[in-house]
Amino acid sequence: MKASNSSWKEQLAGKLPEALAREIDGFETDIALRKQGKIDERVFAETRLRRGAYGQRYDNGQRNDGQKVQQLKYPSGDLTKGPMTVWDAPGMQRIKIPAGGMNASQLEVMAELAEEYSDGIAHVTTRQDFQLHYIQIDDTPSIMRRLASVNITSREACGNSVRNITACPYTGVCRTEVFDVTPYAHAMMKFLLGHPDCQNFGRKFKPAFSGCSQNACGLTNLHDLGLIAATRPNPQTGKEEQGFQMYVGGGLGAVPYNAKLFDSFVPVEELLPLTQAIARVFARLGEKKNRNRARFKFLVHDLGVEKFKELVLEERKLLFFDPRWTELIQDALKSQETPLRLSGIWPAADSEDFKKWLKTNTRPQKQAGYVTVTITLPLGDITANQLRALADISRQYTKETVRTTVEQNIVIRWVSLADLRQLYNALQAVKLDAPGAGALVDIVSCPGTDTCKLGISSSRGLAAELRSRIQEEKFSQDEAVQNLHIKVSGCFNSCGQHHIADLGFYGVSRKVGGYAVPHFQVVLGGEWEHNASTYGVPVVAVPSKNIPQVVSRLTDKYVAERQENETFKDFVKRLGKVQLKTLLDDLAKPPANDRSYFSDWGDPRTYGLGDMGTGECAGEVISPMDFGLAAAERELFDAQVAHEKSEINEASGRAYKAMLLAAQALVKTEKIDIADDPDQIISEFRTRFYDTQKFWDPFAGGKFSNYLFDAHSKAGQPYTEESSRFLLDEAQLFIDAAHSCSQKLNTLVTV
Amino acid sequence: MIELQHINVKLLVKDQEGIELEPLILVFHGWIQEQSFDELLIDVADYRHVPDGPGVMIIGHEADYSLDQTNGQLGVRYNHKSILNSTNQERLKQAARSALKTFQRLEQDTRLEQKFNFNGKDIQIFINDRLLAPNTPESQKALEPEFRQLGNLLFGAENYELTWQCDPRRLTGASFIGKNAITISGLLQKLG
Repeated sequence: MKASNSSWKEQLAGKLPEALAREIDGFETDIALRKQGKIDERVFAETRLRRGAYGQRYDNGQRNDGQKVQQLKYPSGDLTKGPMTVWDAPGMQRIKIPAGGMNASQLEVMAELAEEYSDGIAHVTTRQDFQLHYIQIDDTPSIMRRLASVNITSREACGNSVRNITACPYTGVCRTEVFDVTPYAHAMMKFLLGHPDCQNFGRKFKPAFSGCSQNACGLTNLHDLGLIAATRPNPQTGKEEQGFQMYVGGGLGAVPYNAKLFDSFVPVEELLPLTQAIARVFARLGEKKNRNRARFKFLVHDLGVEKFKELVLEERKLLFFDPRWTELIQDALKSQETPLRLSGIWPAADSEDFKKWLKTNTRPQKQAGYVTVTITLPLGDITANQLRALADISRQYTKETVRTTVEQNIVIRWVSLADLRQLYNALQAVKLDAPGAGALVDIVSCPGTDTCKLGISSSRGLAAELRSRIQEEKFSQDEAVQNLHIKVSGCFNSCGQHHIADLGFYGVSRKVGGYAVPHFQVVLGGEWEHNASTYGVPVVAVPSKNIPQVVSRLTDKYVAERQENETFKDFVKRLGKVQLKTLLDDLAKPPANDRSYFSDWGDPRTYGLGDMGTGECAGEVISPMDFGLAAAERELFDAQVAHEKSEINEASGRAYKAMLLAAQALVKTEKIDIADDPDQIISEFRTRFYDTQKFWDPFAGGKFSNYLFDAHSKAGQPYTEESSRFLLDEAQLFIDAAHSCSQKLNTLVTV
Repeated sequence: MIELQHINVKLLVKDQEGIELEPLILVFHGWIQEQSFDELLIDVADYRHVPDGPGVMIIGHEADYSLDQTNGQLGVRYNHKSILNSTNQERLKQAARSALKTFQRLEQDTRLEQKFNFNGKDIQIFINDRLLAPNTPESQKALEPEFRQLGNLLFGAENYELTWQCDPRRLTGASFIGKNAITISGLLQKLG
């Protein structure tokens, strides 16, 4: 805890927006009350979450050091900041950056905070936020005040609230956009922040704006609310008017949902009231008790978009007029970015490095003579010194027009071509000149097991390893390979957005020879373009240490066998699951007696279980449970192949059967003679694994069991192409959870 | 008077070119397994991918330890995070002692094959709290006697140069450059 904490309030008095100042004072009081035991830990948890103060790995006061589970003896003793969350344990502070926009002073404050309260690194997230890790909860009011002094808030950065409103970082300068969506994103941010209609959601709500439909940058398809700029002739006047295509109910998470078109044209004056009506419907009808079904996408899916729209339009009629619906937009429209310097012409590419950088890290703006420069941040990380240098650069060459991106980079807009060489030199001086923006090497990764409580495998460790290997000459030779995207998530929750990558990976664990081995599920053929319109398909789970070989093998094959102009997505589709799996099959098992497979990238601790021995991996004692889980995997694979051939009923039936096989495998550990009858399997599984919570995930609870129960209740019913795909994803997750459960059972037996 | 809290001490590594930080990850995890420090060690953070970044770190409750690469200078950095009740001079000594002891461990760790050695002369000290110690000429003037007292103890008066970090946006701090090479054990002896 900082010695200066008590002084920041006085130091910044009068310099903070009044509403934010009041909000932070209130939070500081909540901290004091929690310390006195006057606020329940659950209430305090949601209170801090709504201010962006998030939990972090090991904050339950325990850490597996590779040999044993250590109790971390913090001085705060029994005091908690949430259920099973020790007060003194470091946490994460998420900071909202609406539409990713930042000015120089904000960059400087971010640098100071990273240095003084965190580990010297500020991290850009896949939703244009910043995150600071290893933060003490007692420091958070000072952090929030310092942010508020430059007009940044962390309010509603986490928790069941409207999260950061993202937008394409090129909007306003993009050649393919319809119009600049920035003012609308800002207006919506102001309108929804702390709005009474947004305070009773069952889960979070994520809006995103895009200036066009053909490029990826806004990722509207995977958001709860996606807005794409559109124009039309006004029905009355015939004049062109601006508005939005409105999409609802998209989302990644364990099972990704494509957003559905709500309205092909929402006039700008209807943007905020309609959003308010949507928020009210979500607050009223969204699931509250079962958090695993509480995301907005489930409400839209369950109701169907037509019914949902009907409810929203009815709600819209009930709203009292709010002048802010238009005032906020009009205010926001007054701030238009302009250049600082006169336009110029392209500089000579006078070195190989500069040439490479110009090609990948600059993007011509629609305004002639200007480009947007992308600064590639490795794994989204930037140091305090680099942030300060960036602030200087943004002042010197632009009117401080900087934005974060969902690819965990930063862009500087409105750079005159005349300044490009000097700007490059300035970036080079602080080592922010890495080429390859948006290319294969520019890997997106969530925090994974580094800091996230939900992480299963080391996504950052893998991403760092892949980055260093991809910089090898081999990968730079083929243009088509260069343009592929790799995205890595540490678990099924998709914070690394693996579903929309050409090569996506998410962390799972598998048991090999009785011991846990970190794996990644390989997800291929997702589409980043068109606002992330297509999600990839899982192919096979591969040990973490073999993933670099997976990348190498797949890219080699793509280079050698792709047809003319064939995208990787189409290539994956053409090959099909069977061929892809065959290609990777030998990588799916770790070699015998290689201990390195029992730890993860960048983390030499023995993975997973504290009592894991060494050198015993060659011992292959296969239990009926292991056989059963393998059968479930096979069945699911066949289901996925059937789905690929559009044999929907076959696919759905097999996916359901795969779940049954996995459940049966677990039941066999207690009742070896369990029959094949589905009702019996469900009944035994429910009694022995669901009711006893043996199958429960520490964070997802009974979510995965419910996938099985739902599938059982729908057995024999027809599935659509989309609902069948959901079932396949759910079956994969159920089987992954069965593997985890089998590891837990093994631990219990060993202990 | 400026209250010196959250003191950072960085000791530069000798022959930095080409040193791989990867072996440190194993060593740091081992330190956490042993919990042999007086402070609670929590986790290892790996920032090798960040140029001129914090390198490889141990995150602790009272303090962080890292093989830091800021400004392109590789060094053992100690960052004291909790509040210490003591005099300024004692706090400076505590931070210096902790950094030196950490470096000594690294020098002696056989797994690191004697690749991490103190360069014998460069010590940097920063105050990681801008409100307590804003980087101004006034702060530097106020802190000069405290820093000199420590410098005199470590190197001997007249045997070092003290240079202040003058960029007002950076942390208040100074570099001590010894004129004669000195060992870690020698410095620890002087600190008592």
